[in-house]
Amino acid sequence: MIDPKGPIAAAEWLLMINATEIMLVVVVPVILATLGFAWWYRASNGRASRDPAWAYQGSVEFVTWSIPALVVILLGGVCWIGSHQLDPRAPISVNAKPLQVDVVSLDWKWLFIYPDQRIAAVNELVIPAETPVSFRLTSATVMNSFFVPQLGSQIYAMTGMTTHLNLLADKPGDYPGLATNFNGDGFSDMHFIVTAVPAGDFDGWIAKVRSAGAALDDPGYAQLTKPSSGVPPTTYRSVDPDLFERIVDQTALNPDKARAGNAWCPPTTAAAGG
Amino acid sequence: MLGRLSWSAIPFDQPIPLITSVVVILIVLAVLAIVTVKGWWPYLWREWITSVDHKRIGIMYVFLGLVMMLRGFADAIMMRTQQAVAVGSAQGYLPPEHYDQIFSAHGTIMIFFVAMPLIFGMMNFVVPLQLGVRDVAFPVLNSVAFWLTASGALLVNLSLFIGNFARTGWWNYPPLSELAYSPGVGVDYYLWSLQISGAGTLMGGINMVTTILKLRCPGMSYFRMPVFCWTALASSMLIVAAFPILTATFVMLLLDRYVGMHFFTNEAGGNQMMYVNLFWIWGHPEVYILILPAFGVFSEVIATFSGKPLFGYRSMVLATLAICIISFMVWLHHFFTMGAGADVNAFFGIMSMIIAVPTGVKIFNWLFTMFRGSVVFTTPVLYTIGFMVTFVIGGLTGVLLAIPPIDFVVHNTVFLVAHFHNVIIGGVVFGMFAAYNYWFPKAFGFTLHDGWGKAGFWCWLVGFYLAFMPLYVLGLLGMARRLQHIDDPGWQPLLLVAELGAVVIFLGILCQIMQLYVSIRTREQRRDQAGDPWNGRTLEWSTSSPPPPYNFAVMPKVETLDAFWEMKQAGRAARQPPYEAIEVPRNTGTGFITAFFATMTGFAAIWDIWWMAILGLLAIVITASAFGWSENREQEISADELSRREDAWLSPGPAA
Repeated sequence: MIDPKGPIAAAEWLLMINATEIMLVVVVPVILATLGFAWWYRASNGRASRDPAWAYQGSVEFVTWSIPALVVILLGGVCWIGSHQLDPRAPISVNAKPLQVDVVSLDWKWLFIYPDQRIAAVNELVIPAETPVSFRLTSATVMNSFFVPQLGSQIYAMTGMTTHLNLLADKPGDYPGLATNFNGDGFSDMHFIVTAVPAGDFDGWIAKVRSAGAALDDPGYAQLTKPSSGVPPTTYRSVDPDLFERIVDQTALNPDKARAGNAWCPPTTAAAGG
Repeated sequence: MLGRLSWSAIPFDQPIPLITSVVVILIVLAVLAIVTVKGWWPYLWREWITSVDHKRIGIMYVFLGLVMMLRGFADAIMMRTQQAVAVGSAQGYLPPEHYDQIFSAHGTIMIFFVAMPLIFGMMNFVVPLQLGVRDVAFPVLNSVAFWLTASGALLVNLSLFIGNFARTGWWNYPPLSELAYSPGVGVDYYLWSLQISGAGTLMGGINMVTTILKLRCPGMSYFRMPVFCWTALASSMLIVAAFPILTATFVMLLLDRYVGMHFFTNEAGGNQMMYVNLFWIWGHPEVYILILPAFGVFSEVIATFSGKPLFGYRSMVLATLAICIISFMVWLHHFFTMGAGADVNAFFGIMSMIIAVPTGVKIFNWLFTMFRGSVVFTTPVLYTIGFMVTFVIGGLTGVLLAIPPIDFVVHNTVFLVAHFHNVIIGGVVFGMFAAYNYWFPKAFGFTLHDGWGKAGFWCWLVGFYLAFMPLYVLGLLGMARRLQHIDDPGWQPLLLVAELGAVVIFLGILCQIMQLYVSIRTREQRRDQAGDPWNGRTLEWSTSSPPPPYNFAVMPKVETLDAFWEMKQAGRAARQPPYEAIEVPRNTGTGFITAFFATMTGFAAIWDIWWMAILGLLAIVITASAFGWSENREQEISADELSRREDAWLSPGPAA
């Protein structure tokens, strides 16, 4: 089984183990009873008692409805509380300012934008350990799902929409991340490594990125949106911090559209936008 | 003239589809040649292709489902082999553009052209017999429905030879399935074949609901109906409610693709999540459309072979109807990761769990049906027990997936793949195999070989566990579904075990083919003279095997649940002449001809051959109109003939 490396993943795995145990209390006896009843009441067993007319008994019916109902009431509570505590958009409450990372799904690579640091990276995500990371996600192409199993929850990335996800890595280390929603021929290679570095080293990494590599300008981004797979990790020394919003608005590749307003808007609104 | 169709549509440069195509074409030609040489065409046309007899149509549905299962299984073993070898830096033998078609075709075929025809086949064959009636409500519509399903299946398979199939997965989510990302004919093959077969499914559902609500033999009140009829009713009501949603959704996607609309595109206000919602508003009830009749089969089998009435009949009916209703309130659990928020997710999670209550009740009631019974371990019983054990495991993982925070870490992984194969193989497929073994003697007049049947069961059971338990583990390790190659070499051992499981399932299929072969060869020893080989409880066992075209010479009169059992106990099972003449519907080619032109229309629409599409549509309208204005649609079976046929069955002379 997976080795959780953050509080979200740890809580989710604990929930899974607890829910499994609750259900096994019923499931194991049912499996044993199925095999046991079938074997004991086999037609050739002379010692088994028979009652071929027994087809209804109120008390038994009451129990057959009660057992699954009680299990579901218990698990329903677990479900309600768990859904709220582990809501992907809920901030993680620790004494550290969250790092903001914007995630864009492209064909077939991940673009990570650090808006506050004004840098970006493709297929490489470096985060400080013990610091909450607050993700905003979208897609510049088809739907996808962003998932770092050892840190916890996955969430969809969808064109024109923004989803939110909060994760935290307890310790420094390398954690594989991947795309889980099939998005075309390059899907299998669309993975990356999340490197959690000690909090003090993160600023060093930022400085290193800023000092080398290309800037992610609009032509560079347009280049990036062309389908390619197995793209090696790349960093960009600077990026427009509003690039994510422009991708969500679908104006990043088409500045004219930004001026013209949305194509589906009524003409008056479009004119006002112009 | 031929739209997008040209020689480049034939996969001359791709050896795997090319060789497969050639082999399949040769097999089809060989079958056609044998039929021609033996002069079987008139028989086939008269007795099967134009038949409006619900039993014949049911048998053809099952045949279609089983043949398509071979196709779907071929896809499955290719995928398992690809994943077992394409590990580390290896790319395997299937490039992504081919692999992606295979997993898309596997899902589409297994759901729409294996599971659905098997369910429909069983319902068609069994329900009128259990209700003690002579046919379904609309016999000709029944034939049209079947042939439209077959037409859809033909189109999907045609994509193997001409063009290609969708590379979008069986849900066909936009925007990947939109023109911008899938410009070829693949998605169009998917959409048109499912539109055509979907029309057939809806007709079949309407027919079944009407039959059960309106045509029951005297005395057959709702609470005297066998449980299989209840599950068929629930399943058919779900079909009537859910399939139009799918059809409408596909119409929107077709409009996007063909006339440039923007229902689900990235641009111009399209909303892809609308498709996802609509798809699963159909898709989740679809799961219960498939499993409910299987539950009905297990109920019949376990009661018959325990020599007891089903325990808690009214509970079972209530549970069936509860599942039927709740199944429409859970669709969002297929995409908790959309980011809908905690309240919405928790609501749908809890609704999904609630379905586990009536399902759990069913399991307990089957358990108590065996209690103090005399269980005979025939092949259908083995499938039932195998189902009960396997399905509770699938139910457990299903409830786990219903808890949103747990779903967040296993969604879209092979854990999910393992879960739904667990309930579909362990539930639907086992149910249909139980039904096949149970009702085969009724359909053909001789029993199936039990030894080969049991060997097939054990291979399927062991093969299932070998193939899918490793996927649960791999899913927990974070392996996404639909990977064409796998980077982590540490996962290879488990993938090899899964591959072995697929091979064991293949052995199971071979055993089942042997079972059929041996049974046909030794059919004279396995004749079911009395029509009641299992000491059955319900009315289908009260008539001959196979039943005559009119099912019952005299309409049964039902006074209790388990009507035939009670008749046998009371000694009034024998038929009472005098007979009266019976009107039965005449055979008609309407269904086959409609489906022929539907195939033509679908094919033409896929390839943009618009003159042919219009011609095909016109021909469908003309065919339907011709039938609408035709007279003399029924024929009479005289009392004398009835008496002759019934005497031959009830008191077989030395010559028989």
